[in-house]
Amino acid sequence: MTARVAEGPLGRQARQRRAELEGRYPEIFSPPLLSRAIVLALLGAALALFLFGFWQLGFSFGRMWRGLGRLGDFIPLMFPPNPETWARTEMYLWSLAETMAIAFLGTVGAAILAFPLSLFAAKTVVRSWVLRWPTRRLFNSVSGVDTLIWALIWINVVGLGPFAGVLAVMTSDIGALGRLFSEALEAADRKAVDGVTSTGGGPVSRVRFGIIPQVLPVMASQVLYFFESNTRSATIIGIVGAGGIGAHLSEQIRILEWQQVSFLVILILVTVAAIDWVSGKLRFAIMGRAPAGAAA
Amino acid sequence: MAQSLPRLSENRLSPLMDGYARALAARRARSLAYSAIFFVVTALAVLAAEVDLTKFFANIGNIGSYFDRILTLENGQRVWTDPAEWFWGWKPWGRLLLDTLLIAYVGTIIGAVAGFLLCFVASANLVANPWIRSSVRRLLEFSRTVPELVFALIFVIAFGLGPVPGVLALAIHTMGALGKQFYEVVENIDMKPVEGVSSTGASWAMTVRFAVVPQVLSGFLSYALVRFEVNVRGAAVMGFVGAGGIGQDLLEAIRKFYYSDVSALLVMIIATVVIIDLISERLRHRLLSMESAR
Repeated sequence: MTARVAEGPLGRQARQRRAELEGRYPEIFSPPLLSRAIVLALLGAALALFLFGFWQLGFSFGRMWRGLGRLGDFIPLMFPPNPETWARTEMYLWSLAETMAIAFLGTVGAAILAFPLSLFAAKTVVRSWVLRWPTRRLFNSVSGVDTLIWALIWINVVGLGPFAGVLAVMTSDIGALGRLFSEALEAADRKAVDGVTSTGGGPVSRVRFGIIPQVLPVMASQVLYFFESNTRSATIIGIVGAGGIGAHLSEQIRILEWQQVSFLVILILVTVAAIDWVSGKLRFAIMGRAPAGAAA
Repeated sequence: MAQSLPRLSENRLSPLMDGYARALAARRARSLAYSAIFFVVTALAVLAAEVDLTKFFANIGNIGSYFDRILTLENGQRVWTDPAEWFWGWKPWGRLLLDTLLIAYVGTIIGAVAGFLLCFVASANLVANPWIRSSVRRLLEFSRTVPELVFALIFVIAFGLGPVPGVLALAIHTMGALGKQFYEVVENIDMKPVEGVSSTGASWAMTVRFAVVPQVLSGFLSYALVRFEVNVRGAAVMGFVGAGGIGQDLLEAIRKFYYSDVSALLVMIIATVVIIDLISERLRHRLLSMESAR
């Protein structure tokens, strides 16, 4: 291809003007040596770390080959997906409902708890850093721990079952949602707040009438996003015994019932797609009506 | 102040007040309907999730006492009085944490490279054929919708216990997640350079290389960094299903009630995650400022 361009009229023209072009755009024809060297060194370091990781984590051609062979053995066994009995289908559907309930309650609970906390973490609401700093640290630490870890901890407190899952989803989301909420609060337009202040409003009415109407649609759409992603995490929370469809999934994988596995995976895919669709519609409805300033 | 505004006469005020009341009533009714739906859904969810508040409140003291126990050493002292005893296993745990980071790193790189290669084929502005585009998109959707732990469970059976299945599971999930974000970036590029390069007779690959990649690279890098942060968290639990990293030790500590080990491991994981987040945030800000300087 290069050859064709270079031989064509455009190429000839370009070559005739090469000296002029080089003079005009020196940084394109001969980029500074230093920046090139830095980019190359960074790429080299990234590649070296990658290769080291391969070696350290025990990758080898033999292992990959055997593994792929085994995958090739049992992927055909997944078809057609088949739950075998109606009783099983019913059981799976019930635990799917449980999964969605976990995601729903976890998200709602997290939003309800994160909202008041986020007020403390927002610079525009609480001026003093004495409250702000620890609240932010709390958000970061809580969201640094995965939902599954929280699930294990909650199982110790409330026992096995979906309730532990609800609490786990809730705890791990408080941090992330709180952070997002406080960012939304900080991005809110100050003019409305000043307006409320000018009519003699106190701090509570400043938040209630000056800030909340602006940020509510943003927060609602973030909560919907979290509901979508929580549906995904609620499907695996059962692996550690905190309710939902994950328990069946991990058990069917362990006993190598591949047709059941593929049936469960398809159930999950359909549910997640349905929830995404509904929540996308809702998000659009909420943001469509939102004032322009808040949507940004 | 209040006196300076003259009150409207009654016959002009009452239609305004009525209109306001009507508008308010309509809005109230709508909110009420929405809240009713919300409560019904919540009630159903409470039933399905076996939420038992009496059990919760009966056990609520357990939360405090659990944290009390994980912060107590075997000799009854608080953990921070004897850091050496608390972090007795810092050497093996540190090595496992490094493994965890490597799992996240290698998985992110493989997934990012795969997502990079696929995203151009999935972009509506570069590929006109809807069949190719939508089949690539379905593939990406599949790989990000199936939770990574499910891939890990399956790969553990195929590839054996250890970090290898964890890396592959993260890589597949990363490919799906990044591939989507990547093609969304590509679909928002300025098409003028593309037209310019293709008008010189360049092939599709050359157009992508010289007209698209320079526009999107910094955006891609910052998405990949965010994904790395997410994958560090994901890699920390891969051990729960036997797919390497620190998760295995954490699972054992929690299940076997090695209380002070639980807190030590949690502290190490949280510290690592927070440090990685900070570094990645710095890098992303630097990327952003480099982009705006250009």
